[in-house]
Amino acid sequence: MDTVKTRLATVWMGGCSGCHMSFLDLDETLLELAAKVELCYSPIADAKEFPEVDVTLVEGCLANREHLAEIRHIRARTKILIAFGDCAITGNITAIRNSVPLGVVLSTAYGDPRFGQTQGVLPVLLDEAMPLHEAVKVDYYLPGCPPSAEKILDLVGSLLAGEPVNGSKRFG
Amino acid sequence: MRVRTLEIDGQMMTGAPGESIFNVAWNNGIHIPRMCHLGGLTDVGACRLCLVEVEGQSRLLPSCMTPVREGMVVRTNTPALQKHRKLIVELLLAERNHVCAVCVANGACELQDLATSLGVDHVRVRYRHPQCEVDLSHPRFGLDHNRCILCSRCVRVCDEVEGAHNWDIGHRGTNARVISDFGTAWGDSESCTSCGKCVQVCPTGALFSKGASVGEMRKDRSFLKYIVTAREKHQWIR
Repeated sequence: MDTVKTRLATVWMGGCSGCHMSFLDLDETLLELAAKVELCYSPIADAKEFPEVDVTLVEGCLANREHLAEIRHIRARTKILIAFGDCAITGNITAIRNSVPLGVVLSTAYGDPRFGQTQGVLPVLLDEAMPLHEAVKVDYYLPGCPPSAEKILDLVGSLLAGEPVNGSKRFG
Repeated sequence: MRVRTLEIDGQMMTGAPGESIFNVAWNNGIHIPRMCHLGGLTDVGACRLCLVEVEGQSRLLPSCMTPVREGMVVRTNTPALQKHRKLIVELLLAERNHVCAVCVANGACELQDLATSLGVDHVRVRYRHPQCEVDLSHPRFGLDHNRCILCSRCVRVCDEVEGAHNWDIGHRGTNARVISDFGTAWGDSESCTSCGKCVQVCPTGALFSKGASVGEMRKDRSFLKYIVTAREKHQWIR
């Protein structure tokens, strides 16, 4: 008998993709997971539009205006939103730039304090990178830099089984 | 000496006159959360994490600074206190730049452990992201103001145990900083004996040994008990 698969999405915002790498560290367990979920949207799946899903793992913080619009869109179309890793939860490495004015960051990196902010080619950076919960409601927090594969499985596994989610045994 | 009898979390306990609620509770197995307190150093009530409810008092009292009184009724872990403590830790995390992922103390940090034990899974207040200095002028140790929570353990251990009084807290409000001598570079200090006691008592990654990379700094506080026992009881025992 076919069971209805949980619709899963993973999103990569202001992060280094390390959380996604950790997700891939599930190795052969990914096959078991694949039997239970349908991966609808992800950097490792071919999908253009963010669909209606049950669970979304969001890696990275909100660093530019595109992220901000995207997270609101995602929140409206996902039942359970998980802040996936420290950047999504605290801003972490991505937010270290916040203690320096944006113009100084850009001129240090590119020699121009307004680099990429006006041409309409790159997404315009926010003055401050911020954690997901400053813009949208977050249902679960999965800490770590990156969260270990076991921790990812622990949370996603509990959600799939409809079991209560254990609180994190660690902050940061 | 007449002991004081009081009730803490429904248990009857006794303490010596002048002894703090905090000490009596801990000696009886009730571990009130704390950050600035360290056994062997004078208490200052800087962190407010050990706040307790005392019957008949309209405000919360820091248990480390409140001496026991006869007939006192104290509650140390009510839902309201848990809520306050959680927020205090979130405020500490938001005040400076506590980036656990790249901190020398990651995995061995009292602030991180406390956040976990109080169920902090994210910080509800906005991060301030101040610009803080890192003083690497000392040949053996470093001071990263990004990680400092101004608990003043370093100030007290240097003054009370080492007797050097290299450290102090200078400036006011959010500009407050631990300072060496009169606000000069640590490496230029004339009072620092380079004993490293401040590094060992620091609860976070603010004070560290040079050469420690991410998550490599481990602190050893056992020396403090050794010195204090020797001083107070004249017993040089490990």
